[in-house]
Amino acid sequence: MDIVIKNLSKAYDGQKVLDNLSVTFPEKSFTCLMGKSGVGKTTLLSILMGLEQADEGTILGVDDKNLSVVFQENRLCNNLTALLNIKMVIEDSARISDTQIRTYLDRIGLGNETKKPVSEFSGGMKRRVAILRALLADFDLLIMDEPLKGLDEDTKQQVIDIIKELTQNKTVIMTTHDDSEPQAFNANIINL
Amino acid sequence: MNSTTSKNKKNLRLWAVIFWIIVWQLLSIYLDSDILLASPIKVLKSLVGMLGVISFWQSILFTFIRIFTGLIIANVLGVIFAAISYVYTPFKELISVPVAVIKSTPVASFIILVLIWIPSRNLSVFIAFLMAFPVIYTNILQGLTEMDGKMLEMAQVFKIPFKRKLRFIYVPEVIPYYRAAANLSNGLSFKAGIAAEIIGLPRGSIGERLYEAKIYLNTPELFAWTIVIIVLSIVFNRAFSAVINLLMNKLEGR
Repeated sequence: MDIVIKNLSKAYDGQKVLDNLSVTFPEKSFTCLMGKSGVGKTTLLSILMGLEQADEGTILGVDDKNLSVVFQENRLCNNLTALLNIKMVIEDSARISDTQIRTYLDRIGLGNETKKPVSEFSGGMKRRVAILRALLADFDLLIMDEPLKGLDEDTKQQVIDIIKELTQNKTVIMTTHDDSEPQAFNANIINL
Repeated sequence: MNSTTSKNKKNLRLWAVIFWIIVWQLLSIYLDSDILLASPIKVLKSLVGMLGVISFWQSILFTFIRIFTGLIIANVLGVIFAAISYVYTPFKELISVPVAVIKSTPVASFIILVLIWIPSRNLSVFIAFLMAFPVIYTNILQGLTEMDGKMLEMAQVFKIPFKRKLRFIYVPEVIPYYRAAANLSNGLSFKAGIAAEIIGLPRGSIGERLYEAKIYLNTPELFAWTIVIIVLSIVFNRAFSAVINLLMNKLEGR
């Protein structure tokens, strides 16, 4: 089912952030939300995640979906290892083994860091863990808020490859400021 | 809070301890009266003499078991009450009254009151509980209240089950507050519990031994018991911290 947003409005202290927005995210497609800072991209994502309520408007097609998210901040448990941070969101542990998770960690350059708590990781390493956590969760809809921000070019390509691999036949909504990213994912673009 | 604790430990340097023992020895030589100030050597002799007597160990066991029991009850109830207060505001408002009363009432008043209510044998259980409970309750509640809301949002979006949320989000966030509370309340409970025993004089307790040493003006024994209490309190606190560390390592998969 497509995600259909109709006449969505949201204001903070009288200041309208989203004004009568209507947009459709087709099912099993990759959509990039673009637009200047402050245009309401993160607010829209928060409403889609159910973390905020819209003042007006309707959203259809989200309630029945399993959500997974890459937040703008990583929101990792700093005292835990990357492996445990990922395992924490995996509901059915039989679905993916520790060995498989370690293989993915290895693919994003974190194979040698499995024993360290993420508090000892650099910003880029934490970002990769947050992305992998979201990708390995059981989801129908993946929401990513500027996931590739702050990653160096080499790492970015590794991460793009793994995102593409693990989001096939899934609905993905991603915000970005980088014009090259929608192309890398062969994504639809919605300008807010 | 951990760093403060380890800093304090490092601050207790051996040379400084030796310095103060020398000052103590010199002062006792100057005063030349065992009743006023027993010398470190005499205190040590008294302590060594006590070590071989069964009743010495029985007194330690008597007091330790009771204070430990009071602390365990305070820890369990403190955590449970803080958790209920966190989710249910009327309960927090209700419990805030007795907590404020316990915090501001002089411990001596409680000791006398409790002596009227219960036999002196279990006085230190109650007093240790009263000392520890408000500290544990207040700190755990503060830890829960100051929890990172963004982590809870993350847990909500990923539909993380409660057991995992408790293990990976709540406990690690609250544990620094708990450690600080435990450090403070363990020491307080030992001090107040033994002070209560000195007033209530339960048979076979450390408090009774201290009282007897005072009555017979046996200052070396008084000092020796004081050293025993300090060591007991420190060893207990270290053991408590070690258990918490062990549990946390297990919880965090290290």
